[in-house]
Amino acid sequence: MTSLERLPPDARPGASASADPPAAPAGSPRRRGALAVRILVPTLTLVLLTVLLLSTSIGTIAVSPADALRIVIGHLVPGMPWMSDGSLTTVQDNAVWQFRLPRALLAATTGAALALAGALMQAVVHNSLAEPYILGVSAGAGVGAVSFIVLGVGVSTLGVGTSAFLGALVATAAVYVLARKNGRIAPQRLILAGVALGSLFSAVTSYLTITTDAQNVFSIMFFLLGSVSAATMGHLALPVAALLAVGLYAAFRARALNALLVGDDAAASLGVNVDRLRSGTLVAAALLTGSVVAVSGGIGFVGLVLPHIARIVVGSDHRRMLPVALLGGAAFLATCDLLARTLAAPAEIPLGVLTALVGAPFFLWLLRRDRAESVGVGR
Amino acid sequence: MRVDIENIGAHRGGRPVITDVSVSVPSGTVLGLLGPNGSGKSTLLRVVSGLAAPSAGRVRFGGTDIATLNRRKLAQHVAVMAQEHSEEFEIPVLDMVLLGRIPHGRGYGRDSDRDIAVARQALARVGAAHLVDRSFSALSGGERQRVLFARALAQDTPVLVLDEPTNHLDIAHQLELLDLVKATDRTVLIALHDLNLAARSCDAIGVLAEGRLLSHGTPDEVLHTDLIRSVFGVESTAVAHPRSGRQHFLFDARSPSRSDSHDPADQSIPTQEEITAP
Repeated sequence: MTSLERLPPDARPGASASADPPAAPAGSPRRRGALAVRILVPTLTLVLLTVLLLSTSIGTIAVSPADALRIVIGHLVPGMPWMSDGSLTTVQDNAVWQFRLPRALLAATTGAALALAGALMQAVVHNSLAEPYILGVSAGAGVGAVSFIVLGVGVSTLGVGTSAFLGALVATAAVYVLARKNGRIAPQRLILAGVALGSLFSAVTSYLTITTDAQNVFSIMFFLLGSVSAATMGHLALPVAALLAVGLYAAFRARALNALLVGDDAAASLGVNVDRLRSGTLVAAALLTGSVVAVSGGIGFVGLVLPHIARIVVGSDHRRMLPVALLGGAAFLATCDLLARTLAAPAEIPLGVLTALVGAPFFLWLLRRDRAESVGVGR
Repeated sequence: MRVDIENIGAHRGGRPVITDVSVSVPSGTVLGLLGPNGSGKSTLLRVVSGLAAPSAGRVRFGGTDIATLNRRKLAQHVAVMAQEHSEEFEIPVLDMVLLGRIPHGRGYGRDSDRDIAVARQALARVGAAHLVDRSFSALSGGERQRVLFARALAQDTPVLVLDEPTNHLDIAHQLELLDLVKATDRTVLIALHDLNLAARSCDAIGVLAEGRLLSHGTPDEVLHTDLIRSVFGVESTAVAHPRSGRQHFLFDARSPSRSDSHDPADQSIPTQEEITAP
């Protein structure tokens, strides 16, 4: 009896080469992932749009969702009758278009950007603990912002954002240079260099905070905990542009990122230029992170956990996981921001506090399910 | 596709590991690389597959210097089955095999029907069709080896580089995998540890010791008891297989002359020859 006879008939070499491949059963991880994507992408989009609409109508100044929608459409499409017939007040118009919509959009953009950056970071450093801030980007932004608040003359939000973005750039460049050796970026060295630089920057931030005037401390804490409350349409430009650019970059490298999951050598033998993919993706993720940290501050949890949730639900194939993580991040942070400004109104809960309060229990529940085990998160 | 290895030298960690190795593998034949641990087999295979740059010499596929090929082109020429793989994130078996189709596609690309058909055929050829819906990390060592071999086949390259592909396989699957290797019309370079399996399955054998190619030729030309003693430090007896008549080696004892023996107790074990000597 040869070894081939022991195998099931369809496993015999050449036996099924010409036969039609059997369809994957419904319980297969691939099939389940594909189905989940087909359901999740439209569902998350719908949830996101609903939350955005609710965000524009909920607040101290009463605006019905229908009126909020009319105001938004009226600003986007010229010549709508209800914009000039006096049915909507200027106060309502301002509340929706000047304050609530930019804020909700910034929350959604920030959530999407952090989730995308986190997913990319985890893939290129082979580490499930990686997150957008692991390279010291947020700590660098923190130093930038705090230096401006402490040493700057007139504190304007735009000024804080610009110096935060510069701080993030400096941190990224420093980590990149420190982790690079012989033209190669070693993932372990990158993580360790990022953590070390992060502590260094945090120490500077702490020192500046403790030695500054008391009235500055509130602005500092406000930035460090993260908030999108001061958003204007102008603030949206940089994060949205960065999100689009990096999203496109990631889309064209989704297959190569999949190869990276099985190891550097394996990816290289599959035709992936590993060093170029790793440096390119790191720079893209860091710039994306820097651009949102500069306007929203350090919002934790989203970048670490949303990619894992997406993996648990649809599997680790980046072609499915990245869109779900991105939409999920947007819907999650937009929801959190709506809660942040309504739960304790008129007071506001810092966004970073709420993301962890809402997200951590959900994630811990998900982590204990069998599904998490099978995608490797439970190990 | 013919593979020419010309005067290859290679370093690893600043230390020379391969010195002046030249060998040609005619199109469609199987070259088995033998040698003790640390003899440079894996490094040579890494150089041939373009994963490590040689410090001297060059490798040609069908006359083309592989240093002139970019990563993607190279991956269309040579598929690699090696030991390492990361397990940080989970991947289904079919997706693992579909990775072999990366060099043939571009961009965001969803897997074409042809990609999926090729992947399923490759799985069927290695006797792993029934694993298609499993998770790679949930497989046994032997099942993983077969899936990784399927990935190399799905890459559809004229050259295959296999670094100890029979690791973790039971004897039936070892024979089956080597029969598959022999049956492909591809040019194969394969590192093996089992001398008898290598003699049975390879068209030519190259023996590496301390980074040099010590001997190269057909299995019958290369493998003999003197070479096994000097390279592996093992005494052996060659016998004819009762049924096939093929030369077969029986391993008797470690040679006392072996210089890297660390355990002094080993030195006192008499060899077959000493026992039978008058």
